[in-house]
Amino acid sequence: MTLTGWSMILLFTVLIIALAKPAGDWMYALYSRKEMPLGFLERGFYKLAGIDPTAEQSWVGYAVSLMVFNLGGIALLFAILKLQGMLPMNPQGFGGMETLLAFNTAVSFVTNTNWQNYGGESALSNLSQMAGLTVQNFLSAAVGMAVAFAFIRGFARKQASGIGNFWVDVTRATLYLLLPISIVLALAYVVMGVPQTFGPSVVATTMEGAKQTIAVGPVASQLAIKMLGTNGGGFFNANSAHPFENPTALSNFLQMITIFVLGAGLTLTFGKAVGNIRQGWAILAAMMLLFLVGVAVAYGAEAAGNPIHHALGVAGGNMEGKEVRFGIAATALFAVVTTATSCGAVIGMHDSFTAIGGLVPMFNMQLGELVIGGVGSGLYAVLIYCILAVFIAGLMVGRTPEYVGKKIEGREMKLAVIAIAVPPLAILGLTAVACVTGAGLAGPAAKGAHGFSEILYAFSSAAANNGSAFGGLSGNTPFYNLLLALDMFVGRFGVILPVLAIAGGLAAKRRVPEGPGSFPTTGLLWIGLLAAIIVIVGGLTFLPALALGPIADQAQVAAGTLL
Amino acid sequence: MFTETLRALRPTAVLLLLVTLVTGLLYPAAIAGIAQVVLPVQANGSILSDAHGNPIGSALIAQNFTGPRYLHPRPSAAGKDGYDASSSSATNLAPGSKDLRDAIAKRVTTARAEGMTGDLPADLVTTSASGLDPDLSPEAAFLQAPRIAKARGLDVAKVKSLIAEQTEQPVLGIIGEPHVNVLLFNRQLDMLSATTSGK
Repeated sequence: MTLTGWSMILLFTVLIIALAKPAGDWMYALYSRKEMPLGFLERGFYKLAGIDPTAEQSWVGYAVSLMVFNLGGIALLFAILKLQGMLPMNPQGFGGMETLLAFNTAVSFVTNTNWQNYGGESALSNLSQMAGLTVQNFLSAAVGMAVAFAFIRGFARKQASGIGNFWVDVTRATLYLLLPISIVLALAYVVMGVPQTFGPSVVATTMEGAKQTIAVGPVASQLAIKMLGTNGGGFFNANSAHPFENPTALSNFLQMITIFVLGAGLTLTFGKAVGNIRQGWAILAAMMLLFLVGVAVAYGAEAAGNPIHHALGVAGGNMEGKEVRFGIAATALFAVVTTATSCGAVIGMHDSFTAIGGLVPMFNMQLGELVIGGVGSGLYAVLIYCILAVFIAGLMVGRTPEYVGKKIEGREMKLAVIAIAVPPLAILGLTAVACVTGAGLAGPAAKGAHGFSEILYAFSSAAANNGSAFGGLSGNTPFYNLLLALDMFVGRFGVILPVLAIAGGLAAKRRVPEGPGSFPTTGLLWIGLLAAIIVIVGGLTFLPALALGPIADQAQVAAGTLL
Repeated sequence: MFTETLRALRPTAVLLLLVTLVTGLLYPAAIAGIAQVVLPVQANGSILSDAHGNPIGSALIAQNFTGPRYLHPRPSAAGKDGYDASSSSATNLAPGSKDLRDAIAKRVTTARAEGMTGDLPADLVTTSASGLDPDLSPEAAFLQAPRIAKARGLDVAKVKSLIAEQTEQPVLGIIGEPHVNVLLFNRQLDMLSATTSGK
């Protein structure tokens, strides 16, 4: 580890904390239905779609709208991918996608996962990238934000029957937040060297006379929302490691900032909405604590390097699967940023990280991506843990727990436990299935403990809607296309539905004023408790599996065992 | 629940259509329109051309150099033979992989045969994440200076000073790592040889 490396990491942390407030205020304006500039655009959308924007939805109505909208999105994206061979804007003449792969990809992008069992530059037309994938990059982030808004309303409202209007929340998040920021970011990326063209690949004759075909495309517009919406699906196979998708260290820094900024800001939107912004700062502080611990472990492991390679006369940290312009500090930081959120973009190959360096991103996803988290999904995931934390604190002192003025009772706890238990069940259950079936075992390229890590990583990533991979796994098989799609679907909606149900129940409750017996949910004690409960629940759930994977792997590498 | 499902159909269809139009077509087209006019070089992939205007590669994308006269890029796993800019990829080999160890050992042997001594910089003997990493660390470039100088009949000091000159430093001193762009360096190298032999 170097001083410059840590200086960069601290600069990043400070910038995120500084940007959280303006981002949180912006999203509060959307949340509270403040009239935005160009309001006629929004009203035009509602008119055409036959939506009454003033109508409030119950949690059931909200959930049904969300499910229909997402299933419709899956169908549309599937159709575009399947039919791309017959559609325009296909300069390389790619054919339609194979059915199961198209299904996996459609579920993947609608659930904000962006798991990719294909290489973008060698499989997708420009139309598929833009009108297919980019659209869901916007919408899946907007849906996540809508659910976060609905959940916030559950806490903020008193004796209300509705939790907002799904259509309005999605429309406003897309038009007044994601789109304008993406336009600015996309242009900034072009300045830094990211291509934006509809032309075909460039065929060059290299200085030594070889032929090189250079794939280009409308990269910048997709890149901007890929990061801002914590989607992570790359235009190119190498994702943000590709020089066209991340030309400089500065473009890389900007990408990391934009992955975190909305998730960080939403904590303060929450605080503002419940009338005490310190509630938001407390959550953000717990997140940043867990984040910095993750960075320190990952950076330390990657900077220490690989003893097997050191023995050959190779110096320093682990550079296999990393790019020189980013170096080890930024690659480790990016790996934590991308898995703390539901982004899943990569600038280095996690499969070639040291075993402990690869454990950190995996554990981040298994915790449920609530260290900042995905746009919206991070906030609702961490609020579930807040409910669990006040419940545990309540058990200790023997009082009915309350959180930001709402009593947490049996119904909330049952639903919260469902939201916490569903993703691990999917991850561990499906990993187990893969480990006892021929089709599952055919996936990993690595042998031994690392091969198990490749499977565990895949199901962790899919259930957490992350989308990064231990790339050695051959995921484009019927077995993995189907099981990973199932994993993504359950991981997304198995959390969203209980969250909306809790929101509906909470909104109907009175708000109780904070009394002397209330457990304070701001301050250091709370921050420590929340962080500890997240780590303990995640640790208890996944430690046995991690021991079989990365921990065993690390021991083998330290002993010099080659497989 | 059934009526709610029915009621959600029209907003679903219309919103999907409108958002596809706005974010899937208008937005990328507008960015492309602006970029093609204001920043045509970057927008089309930072393509470099020779004196006749034929493309020789991209300033951002690695291409292979094997001759002793040129700086060699990092090994590549992109495509079948490496450096395939239409098929970016990495080895994805595990830290304990025998294949990875053997590949690195082979590259170390080659480096030793060229006369490189001491611990080698890791980027010189490992493949990158994209397979198209256009850069080398200055350390990895300096180690190649004697070979380049010998093949071109240049002073080693001259090659080394060109490497130092072509090394890009981190932004604000902390964002990024010092690096040398191999393709741009090799173009400079050819210019240097041309002017030196002209004397």
